[in-house]
Formats: sequence, C-alpha cells, structure tokens
Amino acid sequence: MEKSLLIAGFGGQGIMLIGKMLGFAASKAGMNATFYPSYGAEQRGGTANCTVIIGDDEIGSPVSRRLDTLIAMNEPSFVRFVDRMKKGGVVIVNSSLVQSKVEDKDVKAFYIPANDLAQELGSVQVANIIVLGAYIAATGILDAEFAKQVIAEQLGRKPEMLELNMQAFDKGMAAVK
Amino acid sequence: MSKEFIKGNEAMAEAAVRGGCRFFAGYPITPQNDIPEYLSKRLFEVGGTFIQGESEIASINMVYGVAATGVRSMTSSSSPGLALKSEGISFIAGSRIPAVIINVARGGPALGTIQGAQQDYFASAKAIAPGGFRCFVVSPSTVQEAADLVYEAFEIADKYRTPVYVLTDGVIGNMMEIVELPPMRDPEEMLSSDAWRITKYNDDSSARQFSTYRPTGEMLTVDNIAMAELYEEWQEKEQRWEAFMMEDAEVVLTAYGSAGRIAKSAVKELRAQGIKAGLIRPITLFPFPNKAYENINYDKIDKIFVVEMSIPPQFVYDVELATKSQLDYININTSGGVIVETESIVDKVKESM
Repeated sequence: MEKSLLIAGFGGQGIMLIGKMLGFAASKAGMNATFYPSYGAEQRGGTANCTVIIGDDEIGSPVSRRLDTLIAMNEPSFVRFVDRMKKGGVVIVNSSLVQSKVEDKDVKAFYIPANDLAQELGSVQVANIIVLGAYIAATGILDAEFAKQVIAEQLGRKPEMLELNMQAFDKGMAAVK
Repeated sequence: MSKEFIKGNEAMAEAAVRGGCRFFAGYPITPQNDIPEYLSKRLFEVGGTFIQGESEIASINMVYGVAATGVRSMTSSSSPGLALKSEGISFIAGSRIPAVIINVARGGPALGTIQGAQQDYFASAKAIAPGGFRCFVVSPSTVQEAADLVYEAFEIADKYRTPVYVLTDGVIGNMMEIVELPPMRDPEEMLSSDAWRITKYNDDSSARQFSTYRPTGEMLTVDNIAMAELYEEWQEKEQRWEAFMMEDAEVVLTAYGSAGRIAKSAVKELRAQGIKAGLIRPITLFPFPNKAYENINYDKIDKIFVVEMSIPPQFVYDVELATKSQLDYININTSGGVIVETESIVDKVKESM
C-alpha cells in the first residue's frame, strides 16, 4: 500500500501543519511516511501545498504526479490539482471557498464547508483540522482515535486550543458521514 | 531508540551534534537554512559555538581556523554558496585539516532555482576548487542515510584528515521522514587530534603551523603525492554503494542521492510489471564505487539507465568510466529543480528495452 495526498490552499490556512501531523501520525502508527513542502517565494495569501506519502514499504519519491487524495482548501488549488486524481481517488473540497465541482465520475468528492464549520466553532483557524478529520473519515488510512491522540500530542503547546481542535476534528469526521 | 519524524536538514544538524560537531559557521541560503537555524540553538546546549558569519567566505575560513585547533567543525550551504566557499575548502584540504561541509544543492548555474537538483556533481566530486584536491564525498538517498552519513563524516574526516563533503539537495533537505537518530558520541571515543592540531604559540618557535604555500615545486610535489596516495587508499577501502535487486537483474538502473530513491521505486514498479530490474546506487561519489559496476554481467547486459536530476548529465561520465564504456548509456534526466518522476523512469526503461 502506498497512498499520495496533496494538500493545497492559501498560505496561512495551516496546510503544512496538517501535512506534518499526518506524516507524524502515520509514522507513529508504524507506517512509512514522507512530508514534502512546496517552498519558494511563499507568503501569507499566496498558494502553498505539500505532499504526504504514506505506505507500508520504503517510500521513493516524496511527490507524485497521480494523487490518491487531494485536499483543496481554495479555488486556485482545486483548479490546479484536480486533474491529477487517480481513478477511485478522493477529493476533500473546502466548499466554503471552492465553488467548482469535481466532474470526473471516477473520483469521489466530499464537499466540506470547512471555513463555515470552523466559524460555528468560534475560530476560522481550525478549518484545517476539520478537513483533516474529514480526510481520516473518508479514507480510513489511520484509526480516528489514534489520529486524535497524536494531534493532541502535537498541539500540546497550546492547551487552550486543544478542546477546540478536538471538536473541529470530530466535526470534520461527522461531515463526511 | 526512539524514532522521529523529522526534516532532512534538521536530522543532519542533530546528527552533526551527536557526531561531535562543536563549531558551526554559515551564512543563510535556501534550501539549507534549517541547518544553521537548528544549530543556532542546539550547539549552545552542548557547549559548542554557532556563528552566522558575515559571508560564506568568512564562514568557511572560520571553520578552517577552528578545525585547525582540533574542534570538530562544520559548515553548510547551497550551490551558489559553495562556489564562494570553494577557496576555503581548498585551504582546508591543502592543510590536511578535518572538517565537514554539507551542500544542500539547488538548481544552477549561478543563482538558478531554490528547488533541489543534482547539478553540482562535478563541482562536488571532481573539482571543488583549483589544485587537483578532492574531498571525501558522500550522498544520501534518505533522511536516515543523511543523518547517518553526517554522523560518520566527522570520524572519516578525522581518520584521514580531510574535508568530508556531504552532497545532498533540497529534496532530502526539506523532506520529513522517519529517522532513528544516532546516539551522542562519547568524546573519549573520538579520534585524538593531539598529533596534529595547532596549540598555543611557543617562544622557542616549536608551535605547529599550517601553511599551504610551498616555496619550491619539489616541496609541493611531496604534498601532492601524499594526497594521491590518500585517494588511492580511499579507492581501495572506502567505496560504498547499495546494490538493489541486482542478483538476477536483466535491466540495470543507476542513480545516486534523491534520484536514487526514486529510481528504486521505479525498479520495484518494473518488477511488479514482470521486468527484472535492478539498481546500483553509489553512496560515496568520491571514491566512486567502481567495484559495484564490476559485478554487472556484461555478457547479458548491454545498456544501463542513468537517472540524474541534471541537464546536461554529469554523473553518467563516472558510470561510463566504471563500466569501461562497455554499455549503451541511456540518460533519464530532469533539471533546474524538477524532481524526476517514477513513472517517467518506468516509461523510458520500457520503451528503450
């Protein structure tokens, strides 16, 4: 098993953070994982993306032309990457900011209004944790409780945000059901 | 031992500390910035010294000076930064002083791009600077190997009194991967520098000194012969490589560094499609692992696929030497910071078989 995930959005949406957390969680679960950020003249409001590869075996390239999963946090990211989906792939769309729809019938799409859901919880900043929850629920790549535990550890430096993040994760999971 | 999910640059920086590095001087440049950033905090925790120099040139010369006193020292940079450090590296090599230099390479020439590339092969393995000297050059394919090689680099440097050059790139440097970091090396176990390091100045002028200038050709020839003998010793004793699925290989690929790990995936994919592929992946670039290529069955194999993230290709010339020009050399290249894709390697191999 080897699965590629590309997470893309605006700089400042917490793209890199959830990518790193996923790689960390997968490696904690005994799998192999790589995290590779796009880097360059990135800035707040610009676009940012990262690739996470999770597999049982040694991982070769940390990037992949064909994607098993895409998390598109904004419209330009959706437009840029949606054509790279494999048949049977999964797209998590932040429908608060993406108006386009997935046209490929062989690709499964989940439209999650992540910004709106985050706003309901009190902070738009947790939109990334909502899509992370949605991704785990939609792909089943990691055990949800285990993933939550690891996220809690990773976010340990901000205990005041922990409860909110856990709620966000659950809300994301629930949104794909 | 605990495993960590850690960035290549940070893994190399921590491995350096654990390998005994107690002095680092460097100047910022992408994509190696995490190394000095990490060490700017970490070195002070172990009683070491971190200096952000005013330039690359100042930094490498600080390493030259500190290393000459027997302190394990390191600098890191990325391609155009290495161009500036090359003179200092020449002085370190000419003085026979151990030091570790990391190049987290990017596309070139000149400023190029900031994305990872393999366009510094000649500039690392062949001619870092004028004078015909070499560094001991290693190139990792994974974050684990990067940490392990940096850790060991300090031992190799001390053993041979040579600069050890770690050639990696922005792909390995910026990638996060699972790593088991090596243990903190006990200073008691490190090789002693008593026999060569500069100590304090003595009035009877018995103090040691390093000088790279020789007043006569005959005197310099003595140094040059010693260097040549050193490099022959490396060729004999230190060639390193990974031979992956080569036992029954009917199709042979070769690649090093970040391209090496991608070529390995391509070999697995080719095997899955019923093609008996194998990979020779050099780990030392100097000494080049000629022995790895001696094991190829030249009666059956007539071509080799050379995967390299450099246009024009460079690594292929060493492959051609090691295989004594007996094969067809099929280059699979990207350049300028574009990562070679597993699929394009597989496609190229299939269409050329």
